[in-house]
Amino acid sequence: MKYWNEKYECMSRDEMSAVQSERLVTTVNRIYNNVPNYREKMQKIGLEPGDIKSIEDLPKLPFTTKQDLRDTYPYGMFTEPLRNVVRLHASSGTTGKQIVVGYTRNDLDSWADVMARTLVCAGTNQDSFVHNAYGYGLFTGALGVHYGAEKIGATVIPISGGNTKRQIQTMKDFGSTILACTPSYALFLIEVMEEMGIKKEELQLKAGVFGAEPWSLNMRSEIEERLGILAIDIYGLSEIIGPGVSSECSCKSGLHVFEDHFVPEIINPETLEVLPPGEKGEIVFSTITKEAFPVLRYRTRDISSLNYETCTCGRTHVRMNRVTGRSDDMLIIRGVNVFPSQIESVLLNFGEVAPHYQLIVDRVGNLDSMEVWVEMTPALFSDEVKKLEDIERRISAEIDFILGISAKIKLVEPKTIERSEGKAKRVIDKRNL
Amino acid sequence: MLVKQLSVFLENKLGRLAEVTKILGDKDIDISALSVADTTDFGILRLIVNKPEEAELILRENGFAVSCTNVIAIAVIDKPGGLSTVLDILDKVSISIEYMYAFVGKANDQALVILRVESPDKAVEILKKNGIRVLSSNEVYKL
Repeated sequence: MKYWNEKYECMSRDEMSAVQSERLVTTVNRIYNNVPNYREKMQKIGLEPGDIKSIEDLPKLPFTTKQDLRDTYPYGMFTEPLRNVVRLHASSGTTGKQIVVGYTRNDLDSWADVMARTLVCAGTNQDSFVHNAYGYGLFTGALGVHYGAEKIGATVIPISGGNTKRQIQTMKDFGSTILACTPSYALFLIEVMEEMGIKKEELQLKAGVFGAEPWSLNMRSEIEERLGILAIDIYGLSEIIGPGVSSECSCKSGLHVFEDHFVPEIINPETLEVLPPGEKGEIVFSTITKEAFPVLRYRTRDISSLNYETCTCGRTHVRMNRVTGRSDDMLIIRGVNVFPSQIESVLLNFGEVAPHYQLIVDRVGNLDSMEVWVEMTPALFSDEVKKLEDIERRISAEIDFILGISAKIKLVEPKTIERSEGKAKRVIDKRNL
Repeated sequence: MLVKQLSVFLENKLGRLAEVTKILGDKDIDISALSVADTTDFGILRLIVNKPEEAELILRENGFAVSCTNVIAIAVIDKPGGLSTVLDILDKVSISIEYMYAFVGKANDQALVILRVESPDKAVEILKKNGIRVLSSNEVYKL
């Protein structure tokens, strides 16, 4: 099987524009009539749904930001009555407030379709065993892969994350052929495999779909060599649908955006103007088929660029280059989105003003680690060791509660955290991505 | 009868303790007792000095996190079981000791000990009632 949905994946540009235009008009009307937040934005610039006639008119529309999703928490951006919503997912947000997204039955069908395309890009077919080691739950990763693989008719092994030794035994005994997990977990699996004395030849693995965090080309070649597989980069975010927004094919030269569902643009994050193909900037998506939770011109903050040339694989879908950074200060640590402001909000509970802090992010043994350095303040200080150790424990527990990741807290002396132009440098990312 | 103790937050890295003692030495501040409590990452230096207010100010100006706590200085008989007599007294009235350390010098046949307890005033009263010698600030600074 070369393509999952040849009609759309190999459509000519003219046909694709026609499909996008029709779907965009429907989506604009749907949002205008159901989302006061966005309707007001359109009214403010004197824009009516009737002004949007084709995909060419997309740049006229206002942007949607993460802040809009927070302001309308939990269901303010939904465009279907909740009785038609059959699934919810959520991603972490600032100070414990999550971003909630919903799906109708049709949304789940489209999602399964784009994930089937993704998995077929990696060579998945009805005979494949898809070892799904993304964490099952509110995060979109695991269920996205799950339904895509089932749609193809592959055999899903819904093993979820963790318990690495058992994962490897299962891969070996069940004959897993396609591995789905974060790239850093793949490297961790490899290490544990080697410790257990299991060779790659004892496994049936052929390919892997890796996403949810940025990874380097070096990591890719390491995974490919040490597992003897094809490793492709997949991309998505829950605000758009989850995984299945775009995917590399076996050519590994950019990720095909499934643009009959999600229309990408590249903008200059400062001036907000749309940039021509090939230029680097922030990637923005408009969903044009979603029913429960459509978004127009959603600012991802991910830095990429677009390439409209037809790929050697035959797909005509526009390709986005691998994400090379962010236009904000968000970090992705072990697949979890982390904003320094979230750490700051935790520290605010420990004194009237938040102490100076710094996040030291590193990748140790292929797993991300985060240390939070906190400068000692008079409010925090005590002459008793147990009280200081208790503060470290409480900060760590709060961070774990809000972000779901563990961080090592280190108390440091006042004024020892590096400052540039009076402002403390919040993040030191030692990972070589 | 309470004595002021300074506590200084120190990271576990080279030269920090030397830095504090140098700053105090330059200002002619005398240290009568000290102890360091440490963990893998940080330590707390506790000091009894002859000019606690001045020392606190200077250290703060030099960027250290400093706090001031009231502690008790006592003299115990310098022979086996001397200290246990005192601890027994406090134990009987359920006053628990957060930490304690011994003095650098000693007077006559008595060993000098610093005690940090939750309720220092009550502890002083009980200790005195049981005939334990509690030292005043001035006595301590002369040592």
